Amino acid sequence: MIDFSDTARRWHDMGGDAAGPVPTDQHDFALWEKRVDALMIIGSAKGYFTVDGLRRVLEDMGEAAFEEMTYYERWIAAVNQNLIEGGAYTTAELAEKMAEVSARGATYGDAAKPT
Amino acid sequence: MTARVCVKSLVPPGHVRTPTYLRGKVGTIERALGAFPNPEDLAYGQPASAKHLLRVRFRMVDIWGAAAENPDDTLDAEIYEHWLEPITQDTGDAP
Repeated sequence: MIDFSDTARRWHDMGGDAAGPVPTDQHDFALWEKRVDALMIIGSAKGYFTVDGLRRVLEDMGEAAFEEMTYYERWIAAVNQNLIEGGAYTTAELAEKMAEVSARGATYGDAAKPT
Repeated sequence: MTARVCVKSLVPPGHVRTPTYLRGKVGTIERALGAFPNPEDLAYGQPASAKHLLRVRFRMVDIWGAAAENPDDTLDAEIYEHWLEPITQDTGDAP
């Protein structure tokens, strides 16, 4: 049997844990979630990262991120960190762009408007 | 050929993808899948050497012990060769 007190076992290594009921309901994805998926595919195709690079960031986030963030929130954080590490943009450029987008307005519709 | 292997229990830092529930467990090599870049290097954006990937078959009873619901069911896991060690005392039927 598995020793669950194994301190070398990291939080994401969940195989064998009691899982509870499995939700089987279907759900739609929000537009931003689809865009995260698209960005992941583009970044990978351009060679900025591999799935292993994304997984490494997800695993390093720790258990709190798994409890507090949604699936695509964790994915965009992992994609973003890999794009910065891969040299796609700098943190300063990201900050500038985020400020520009948030200045467009408070809603998703406002932010999506071309400037 | 039913070469038996044991999943290394060693847990080095970094992106070693063997799950805890298979560490130290013994299975048989179901097939070789070819060589692929080492995920331990890819995870950090480093140049990666090719490593052999194997599909290893485990019996449920060998993973879960008496808790296995169907002891003779099997589980396949794809594991890089360097995360495994051969079972040397059982090579009578090796080629």
